[in-house]
Amino acid sequence: MAAKLRAPGFYRAGIMMLGGVALATGLTWLVRMTTGHATYSHYLSGDAILSVSLLAVPLAFLIGIGGFDYWFYWAAGRPTRPEDHSGHGAYSWKDYFRVNTDHKVIGVQYTVSSFFFLLVGGLIAMLMRAQLAQPGSHFVDANTFNGLFSVHASLLIFLFIIPVFAGLANFVLPLMIGAPDMAFPRLNALSFWLLPVAGALMLGSFFAPGGAFADGWTAYAPLSDNAPIGQTFFSVAVQFAGASSIMTALNFLVTIITMRAPGMSFFRMPLLVWANFATSLLVVIATPFIAASQFFVLLDRALGFNFFNAAHGGDVLMYQHVFWFYSHPAVYIMMLPGFGIISEIIAVKARKPIFGYRMMAFSLLAIVALGFTVWAHHMFTSGMAAWIRIPMAITTAIIAVPTGIKIFSWLATLWRGVLHLDTPMLFALGFLTTFTLGGISGVMLAMVPFDIHVSATYFIVAHIHYVLFGGSLMTIFAGVYYWFPKMTGRMYDERLGKWHFWATFIFVNLTFGPMHILGLQGMPRRVSTYAAKFTDLNLFISLASFGLGLSTLVFFYNIVTSWRGGPRAIPNPWRGMTLEWQVSSPPPIFNFDRVPTVVGGPYEYGVPGAVHGIFAPAPAPAAAGAAASVVRAPSQ
Amino acid sequence: MTSRRSLALASVAAVVAVAIAVAISFWIHWFPAQATTQAQNTDRLYHVLVLASIPIFVLVVTVILYSVWQFRMKPGEELKDGPPIHGNTRLEVFWTAIPTVLLLGIVGYSFVVLRNNEKKPAREIQIGVTAQQFAWTYQYPPSVTGGAPLNSTQLYVPKGESVEFSLRSKDVIHAFWIPAFRVQEDVVPGITTHWRATPIRLGSYPVVCNLLCGLGHSLMRSTVHVVTPAQFHAWITSQQSAAASGAGGLSTTGAATG
Repeated sequence: MAAKLRAPGFYRAGIMMLGGVALATGLTWLVRMTTGHATYSHYLSGDAILSVSLLAVPLAFLIGIGGFDYWFYWAAGRPTRPEDHSGHGAYSWKDYFRVNTDHKVIGVQYTVSSFFFLLVGGLIAMLMRAQLAQPGSHFVDANTFNGLFSVHASLLIFLFIIPVFAGLANFVLPLMIGAPDMAFPRLNALSFWLLPVAGALMLGSFFAPGGAFADGWTAYAPLSDNAPIGQTFFSVAVQFAGASSIMTALNFLVTIITMRAPGMSFFRMPLLVWANFATSLLVVIATPFIAASQFFVLLDRALGFNFFNAAHGGDVLMYQHVFWFYSHPAVYIMMLPGFGIISEIIAVKARKPIFGYRMMAFSLLAIVALGFTVWAHHMFTSGMAAWIRIPMAITTAIIAVPTGIKIFSWLATLWRGVLHLDTPMLFALGFLTTFTLGGISGVMLAMVPFDIHVSATYFIVAHIHYVLFGGSLMTIFAGVYYWFPKMTGRMYDERLGKWHFWATFIFVNLTFGPMHILGLQGMPRRVSTYAAKFTDLNLFISLASFGLGLSTLVFFYNIVTSWRGGPRAIPNPWRGMTLEWQVSSPPPIFNFDRVPTVVGGPYEYGVPGAVHGIFAPAPAPAAAGAAASVVRAPSQ
Repeated sequence: MTSRRSLALASVAAVVAVAIAVAISFWIHWFPAQATTQAQNTDRLYHVLVLASIPIFVLVVTVILYSVWQFRMKPGEELKDGPPIHGNTRLEVFWTAIPTVLLLGIVGYSFVVLRNNEKKPAREIQIGVTAQQFAWTYQYPPSVTGGAPLNSTQLYVPKGESVEFSLRSKDVIHAFWIPAFRVQEDVVPGITTHWRATPIRLGSYPVVCNLLCGLGHSLMRSTVHVVTPAQFHAWITSQQSAAASGAGGLSTTGAATG
């Protein structure tokens, strides 16, 4: 038993977490006692203990589970355990509940836990739509309702879309560039384990005194400054989810820059790798800003810093600027990896090279650069200086150009191809349709007078769900089906997959389409009841949303049963050229038994005799030629 | 079917789809009552945006459906690849340049609308708006009442006169939105924000708080009454006499809120 408590794992984590609570209690008691009776009448305060615990307990959990062991041994001067990769691979489902440094195990951990949060976030949406089916209904009370939509958005943004892309890329990206693992495997493991912590904090806020955080995922101050303690759960959870994002992004950047196989020049990288390169740049630059915005709120709440207290010189609009400086790029963080997935699928399933490969790569970088110049379009009605609206409206309109380039390139890739219309391809084509609608309403919202009418209405709810559900989630489903054989070694059920697609596609439009009209007609978002004239449309939307919820169950059923008992997958069921398809399904524990050499572009479909990578050791003169081609144009 | 004939058919289908979509876009009642000149301008902008968007969306869908129809894998093509087309610089320049010009044109037009909507007219009345969790109060200054300033929970505005609302908050951020006027702005603690509109249609319209302000946010509503200038002044006079006779003034004017 004692050995069990000393070894990294859940037992040790439990003990450490108790220690975290004790530390929080002692620390707050000490501070409150030493600062004297004048300031604090009671030395023990539940809120103070809880606030400090929210930081201490998750850290204690991470230490207990073993996320920091190596660095602690190193820092203490004790012999570190050399990485012999004996922990790589997962041999039973229990191995997924341990700290593991294998990028493929971490990829599955990421993806599966993200989908757990999709399920929870989706169920929360069902509760919201049940409340909104009738005006003035009492399915839940106003405080609970505000908590539901706040947790719904926060979970699905911070614990589903952002990490699920990191999860898929974690599995696929090192394989795609011919690397044996990520550059920093231990950091990779730690960044995964931060996520369940963030998720537990967000869901745990429902049990906090005063209920869950209820100020939206935007948590605008000063409302969030004075909200019940549940708000602190959000502020802290965002720190953990954000730290996870930053660590993963750094890991991707270093992996992509330093660990490409011989011959894999930047312009021979698959577009998924480009997309994650661009996304990681966004994450590394932008994420510290949301961390800052929530630290401000935390300091305001816990220690009375008055950052956002106008009566004491605080600046309320400052919160929004700092918040959106992250949260607009975040929209691209939630979209660019999906663009990468779609590029992979469309090239393989249309059996054609990606049309305009270089422009596809450059347009990603253009979105990164422009993405930092548009944040104040979320604030057209915020009361900020009026002139800022003009440049921000122009950049917001212009950022549609690189996105348009991508859509047109995908369409041109379809043209004259040989289209394999299986589930991943159907989701890719569905994505093109719904995402175009989301893009069009996005351009409309760049028009300031129009935005002044619909800002913060159901039109915005419709737009964001066309972009994030019709856009991101469609690409996620496409990617999960596409790489399911590679990740699990099993084939999914094609018939159920098609059912899932059609149900999703139809109900997405039925659910979110009518919301545009509600917004134009004057229905605000984030309300638990509404004027009588919106009744019919809301009932329709609620019914459609239940259909959308049920369609997801088809997906979960398909995935679970196929993973357990689907037919065995061959190494390359889609006849893809990129490197991940050149190894077995699932891949060997160390990815490549022989280091691949990349000799051509990733999408040379239809080019007679073209290959992307070869596994035989390249003869010396050819290796020199491959090195030279890093400088020259790729062979397309 | 030859590819020339199928292309012609697809083009005809696309044109028909555009025509139907345009017809539907005129048939749908997108907006609530058009109660201000600003609403007229904004609605026109919206219709232009919809008309510009329809051909783009139809183009995307047509290419997808045509590709699915003509280029889907037929039995026996399981191992066939498409032609190795890597790109076409002229086409790529075209679909970069055309959208850029189109977008800049539309955003330029939106700035014209914005300027017209926010232009300060020669004559204008001022009304103060104060937001607090979860109610609105309205302040009519002496320039409007012609006497003592009036504080009321009711919002009356005269038809045909530009009104500038000055928004102040007592606690958190709210947003003062009148959907029938098509204008809103956040009400921010610590600063005063403004918006203006010229009502042109008599009637009563909802006033909505459009920024999450706490538990009662969903029900933080009020009503704006657009009345003739004569009725407006009569209402002001009646409120002033009520305030003068009633003890405390505010409580009596607050009774009839809808």
